[in-house]
Amino acid sequence: MTNDEPSRRSGNGFAGVVPVLISGAIFVFFLTLVPQISAGDVLRWSYDWVPSLGIKLSFLVDGLSLTFSLLISGIGTLVLLYSNTYLAGHVQYARFALFLTSFMLAMLGLVLADNLIGLFVFWELTTITSYLLIGFGHETTKGRRSALQALFVTGAGALALLAGLILLGISAGTFEISEILAKGDEIRAHEMYLPILILLLAGAFTKSAQFPFHFWLPNAMAAPTPVSAFLHSATMVKAGVYLLARMHPAFSGTDVWLWTLTIFGAVTAVFASFLALRQTDLKQALAYTTLMALGTLTLFLGQTSSYAITAFVTFLIVHSLYKAALFLVVGCIDHATGTREAEILGGLGRVMPVTAIAAAIAALSMAGFPPFLGFIGKELKYAGALAVASEPVFVAGAVLLANALMLAVAGVVAFRPFWRKTDSELPRTPREAPWQMLAGPVLLAAAGAIFGINPDLLQVPLVNPTVATFLGDPTDAKELKLWAGVNLPLFLSIATFVLGLLIYVIHRPLRNLLIRADNAAPNFDRGWDAFLSGLKAFAWWQTKYLQSGVLRQYIFITFATVLVGLGGTMLVRGIGNVLPDLTGIALRNWAVVALITVGTLIAATTRSRIAAVAALGVVGIGVALIFIIFSAPDVAITQLLVETLIVVLVAVAMLRLPFLDAQGESDHRPWDAVLAIGVGGVVTLTLLAVLATPLDLRLTEYFEVTSWPEAFGRNIVNVILVDFRALDTFGEIAVVVIASLSAYALLRTTAKEKSE
Amino acid sequence: MEALLAIAIGALVAAAVYLMLARNVLRFIFGLVLISNAANLIIFTGGRLTEGVPPLIPEGANLPAADAANALPQALVLTAIVIGFGLFAFALVLIFRAYTTLGTLNSEEMRVAEPKGDPLL
Repeated sequence: MTNDEPSRRSGNGFAGVVPVLISGAIFVFFLTLVPQISAGDVLRWSYDWVPSLGIKLSFLVDGLSLTFSLLISGIGTLVLLYSNTYLAGHVQYARFALFLTSFMLAMLGLVLADNLIGLFVFWELTTITSYLLIGFGHETTKGRRSALQALFVTGAGALALLAGLILLGISAGTFEISEILAKGDEIRAHEMYLPILILLLAGAFTKSAQFPFHFWLPNAMAAPTPVSAFLHSATMVKAGVYLLARMHPAFSGTDVWLWTLTIFGAVTAVFASFLALRQTDLKQALAYTTLMALGTLTLFLGQTSSYAITAFVTFLIVHSLYKAALFLVVGCIDHATGTREAEILGGLGRVMPVTAIAAAIAALSMAGFPPFLGFIGKELKYAGALAVASEPVFVAGAVLLANALMLAVAGVVAFRPFWRKTDSELPRTPREAPWQMLAGPVLLAAAGAIFGINPDLLQVPLVNPTVATFLGDPTDAKELKLWAGVNLPLFLSIATFVLGLLIYVIHRPLRNLLIRADNAAPNFDRGWDAFLSGLKAFAWWQTKYLQSGVLRQYIFITFATVLVGLGGTMLVRGIGNVLPDLTGIALRNWAVVALITVGTLIAATTRSRIAAVAALGVVGIGVALIFIIFSAPDVAITQLLVETLIVVLVAVAMLRLPFLDAQGESDHRPWDAVLAIGVGGVVTLTLLAVLATPLDLRLTEYFEVTSWPEAFGRNIVNVILVDFRALDTFGEIAVVVIASLSAYALLRTTAKEKSE
Repeated sequence: MEALLAIAIGALVAAAVYLMLARNVLRFIFGLVLISNAANLIIFTGGRLTEGVPPLIPEGANLPAADAANALPQALVLTAIVIGFGLFAFALVLIFRAYTTLGTLNSEEMRVAEPKGDPLL
């Protein structure tokens, strides 16, 4: 990867430093809000954005959004600092920093938004910035493909989400999230609850890469490692989880919610843990453990017990800390050695001691060893799983298996590369990473250790107010403690250690087994390719047939669509079976209609130009007669004038144009005739159906009443044209002027060509 | 009478569609003229037909006769006739110009922009 080449320069100047300062300032700002929020306050800020649609740009700071904001801005600062060295001297660093900073701001907007539409706008901004970041290495096919795949999958989910949010806003009668959450009972009982839930879950599951939409996330690792650390472990992929957490008070508690989240979460967690062990690329392995974490978080959001919620909040923080640290560590290894292959790396502990220690601490937290925060997180996960009223064994079993596999993966990613003895030749001679790249892993790993040893530091300021956003009461939060006494979760922890160590010991044969199983199983990534090429083939096919470049075919397809659309609608709705009432029509009217019909038939079938022009004239005059008979003198005058002009123009043009059919050719087109008769018939049926419905005369009555008193005109048609709808008439005149100007221009160039 | 006109309009539309599907573009604009007439009649008929009472307000009155014809469709049709004529005149000049440049009135032979055998087609 060209992006990961080490460079002689140590930074990127201005473009490198400013983003770090911006995000650092944001982090400090959110830190200053902690005392207020942990005291139980909720901050709101609102601005009328589109008042006509009731859309506000409003923001909400409560426990949940503050926790997310701190994680986003804190990890963002460290990642930006890290990137400045990791991508030092990259020609496009300024662009990279812009994308990454924009992403961070979009993500902050997403977690702080208190309006459904605002939330969606920020949601899509994270999708777009993520697309740009994954495709940062756009010179490779893989980079472009991965970026597009992530964009398509999350973008499709976002469309569903938009529909869901709009439905939710309409059903709840407000687009303000804080007001919606107060109406939980109403929403759960609403008839649209299920459709809204399905649409929201589609958005959340694609964004958070839940099975079966998981395949885009490991591919997104094509992005530079700091991006993976930030977007694809700590922040963006948690947007889906955030959405579920935010909507939890309004949507949770139903069977659908419980089972959907529990099953999807559990399947994703276990499935991803196995796939994580299958990988030999350290970054890929971490990508799959992220899927496992997202699955676990989703699993806990399915529940409503205070144990499950406390477990969710704690694991959310734990995972962000250790996973970002480990990704950055892998970036350091890659940067120093030029490879991420688990089977090549080894013995780095001596040359990279600081990295090794940071990795070890983060990995111990991930594996859930005491005294790290990960241990508390794991204990709470077991307590939460056991609190599941209906299926504690299923949930606890899934969590146990996933945790044991995590322990093994932690060993593979963060232990073996540093302490294993190896003879493999490394692409580069490793040396310790510079401090800018160590700051992230060290601080994040240290945070995991400090919060583990003293969980009160986390409990009161963040965990309690966050739990309060779910359950309404901060005292509902379960206590975070290292020693909870001898209980079932402790035994499960011990079982995890034993099982995890066992898996670690046999992980190489197990991996080969998994690789074979994975190769045999249907591959979602290849399925995606097949889906895309199928879509392209379909587009190709329909373009070839629908847009053939032949005018006749375009017209044929257009009218066939009219026929099917109109006819099909009438058939489905059961209208159009109105029998025409042909009684009581004066002989004179029969004669006029016969005139029109005969003219029509001649115009359609004749091979003579003169006959055709004459027939058109007959039809035109017949129509004018209709206007005269049925009380429309102005229209009739216009019609007569226009018909005369048409006949004159066509006659003049014919002096220069050839015959309708060349010698020996005929114009016999039976299929066209079938379509034409079909369209004509369906138009007649439609008009008959229209005539069978009552006529709405409100507009006409308005014009009749106001014509004289307000517009001082006695000819109502004229008043409508020049007064009430004067702008329409102006547009009509403009059309005629433009048509005549264009006609003049066309004729003039013809004359010029002739004279040349 | 509306029902009878509806049938006549169907015949007009059928003839217009048949002509517009022809290869010869002169036939196409004949179809254009017919379909404009059909559309105008649809609007007019849709507003219901009234014999012999134009929508005029007599001298000294504030309102037209109670059974006067529907004024709104008349106004719409009036505009439509003029626009239809503009479209027709432009189309006629266009095919005239196309004939002098390309030497054909057959729309399938007018393929300067999308030549046959174009790999994108």
